[in-house]
Amino acid sequence: METLPARPVVRQSSFQKARKRFLRSISARIGLFLTVAIVLLAILAPVLRPFDPATARDFAARLSPPSVTYPFGTDGLGRDMLSLVWYGIRISLLVSLVSVGLGLIIGTFLGLIAGYFRGWSERMISWLTDILLSFPSILLAIAVATVIGPSLQSVMIAVAVVQIPIFIRLTRSMVLSLREQGFVQTARAFGAKPERIIFNHILPASLAPLVVQATLAIGTATLEAAGLGFLGLGAKPPTPELGTLLSDSFTNGYALSAPWTIILPGLMITLIVLAFNLLGDGLRDSIDPRANR
Amino acid sequence: MLRYIAKRLLDLLPVLLGITLLVFLFLQLIPGDPAVVLLGQRATPDQVEALRERLGLNQPLPVQYLAWLGRLIQFDLGRSIISGIPITREIATRFPATFELSLAAMMVAVVLGVPAGIIAAVRKNGWIDNIAMSTSLLGVSMPVYWLGLLLVYLFAVNLQLLPPSGRLGVATNLQPITGFYLLDSLLRLDFRAFGDVVAHLILPALTLGTIPLAIIARITRSAMLEVLSQDYIRTARAKGLMERWVINKHALKNALLPVVTIVGLQFGTLLSGAILTETIFSWPGLGSWIYNGILTRDYPVVQGGVVFVAIVFVLINLLVDISYAFLDPRIQYK
Repeated sequence: METLPARPVVRQSSFQKARKRFLRSISARIGLFLTVAIVLLAILAPVLRPFDPATARDFAARLSPPSVTYPFGTDGLGRDMLSLVWYGIRISLLVSLVSVGLGLIIGTFLGLIAGYFRGWSERMISWLTDILLSFPSILLAIAVATVIGPSLQSVMIAVAVVQIPIFIRLTRSMVLSLREQGFVQTARAFGAKPERIIFNHILPASLAPLVVQATLAIGTATLEAAGLGFLGLGAKPPTPELGTLLSDSFTNGYALSAPWTIILPGLMITLIVLAFNLLGDGLRDSIDPRANR
Repeated sequence: MLRYIAKRLLDLLPVLLGITLLVFLFLQLIPGDPAVVLLGQRATPDQVEALRERLGLNQPLPVQYLAWLGRLIQFDLGRSIISGIPITREIATRFPATFELSLAAMMVAVVLGVPAGIIAAVRKNGWIDNIAMSTSLLGVSMPVYWLGLLLVYLFAVNLQLLPPSGRLGVATNLQPITGFYLLDSLLRLDFRAFGDVVAHLILPALTLGTIPLAIIARITRSAMLEVLSQDYIRTARAKGLMERWVINKHALKNALLPVVTIVGLQFGTLLSGAILTETIFSWPGLGSWIYNGILTRDYPVVQGGVVFVAIVFVLINLLVDISYAFLDPRIQYK
């Protein structure tokens, strides 16, 4: 008797499925490519720099339009725009990463507590979340940055404060549904301590949506940080933060007479935000295909 | 319904209290003695002490907070350190400018965004859809003030089609009645002034409207797609209705509900987005005022402006929630 050859059973983990879905999307691939390119540019800035933005100043060539020596022109201090923006990517990316990191850690921690322990801690944390979310985000960031005083650190803190309530909400809602599920109930029945249940069972299960949210948050954080820089609440010149570069050109009145001082910084902000938005959207769709809106 | 509104208003109280508490505490955290800031560095210690006493700065923090809250309820937010003008009066004259700009921006966003979203959904994955969605992604990724600067450079500096800044040209003389210049120029039957006001509104409204435009287009598209996949639409098509009829009469009504919510929510965001846009266009509204307050370290201005915009934001969100009950009879409020 002949037996039919057994069809090979291809088992795919959910990670493999997600990766497949991710790579199938063109926009997700563009996002990944742009993100990698931007991160590489940021890392390589000190190695490949054409000029040092801190010291290389050519006062004779102030506000000179694009030329062979300065392919993107120079700013009001005679600094090469290309080098400035190149360093600016580094600074803006650092600010976004630190502030989203802070927001993610603090927000997730508070969300875990609120969702798991319920009771008065949940009420307090929810109240705080409601208040923080009732401020329009840029306004909240302005308030925080005004209090701390203009500096890069204060931008990081201000943008982190804006991110915190978003991560609290997300984490809390996930914990609320996870804590009723079998594997958590089982762990509790076996007498596992709360911190063990939270960090070994609940947190790993909620990691994927948090990563998606964090990726998207880097985009908004970059916009908010640049906005604060533009309002004069960020790094002080000569630090070449991208928003500060725009503010520098605008407040000194040469944004319109020397448009090359604004085109490249703004374009770079847009590219960074676009990259992380595409990447975040792609990650979200690959993890939860139904979330595709 | 009334009970629902009353309940929502009650729910709002702790949040409003929290907002004022937070803003009050923010101001306490600013380094430096407010009395010294008010009097300047050359004030004598006696003068500083007298002013501290008069302002109630020597009292414990909770007492100070309650006193400040009491004044806030009576619409007394203090005076600007720089100009000496009462904050409330400044808000009253500047709010119409910001509100008019926000309305114009929202009109741009709805008029362009809703049709774009509908067409994108009906022609899903077609070239119109792809262009509309890529543009909207670009729209939310751009710093609006940068877009504003580029628009000014293009339309005001290079093409000289539109004015670069302000609400009125120098040649236009318009006596305000309501503070809403569009309305004022019509009330005075001054159509040249009306044209001037419109010309000044176009660029800032386009700038401020970009983000809501992008978001509204996306939401309309997804809401439309959701509705179009439902059974009653299939039934409508199956009974041979013209596609146009199906889209306009059957689908649109249900798809617009989430759009209304987003329009409301975005309106609140517009008020704060105006801070950056108004700065670019020297628009004499709340945003440019807060910006100048930041630049000159005029803390009462920043504090008053932030509290006011935050409260308006909360109230608008409440209105959006309540309007939901009117728009969607399926929603039951207990």
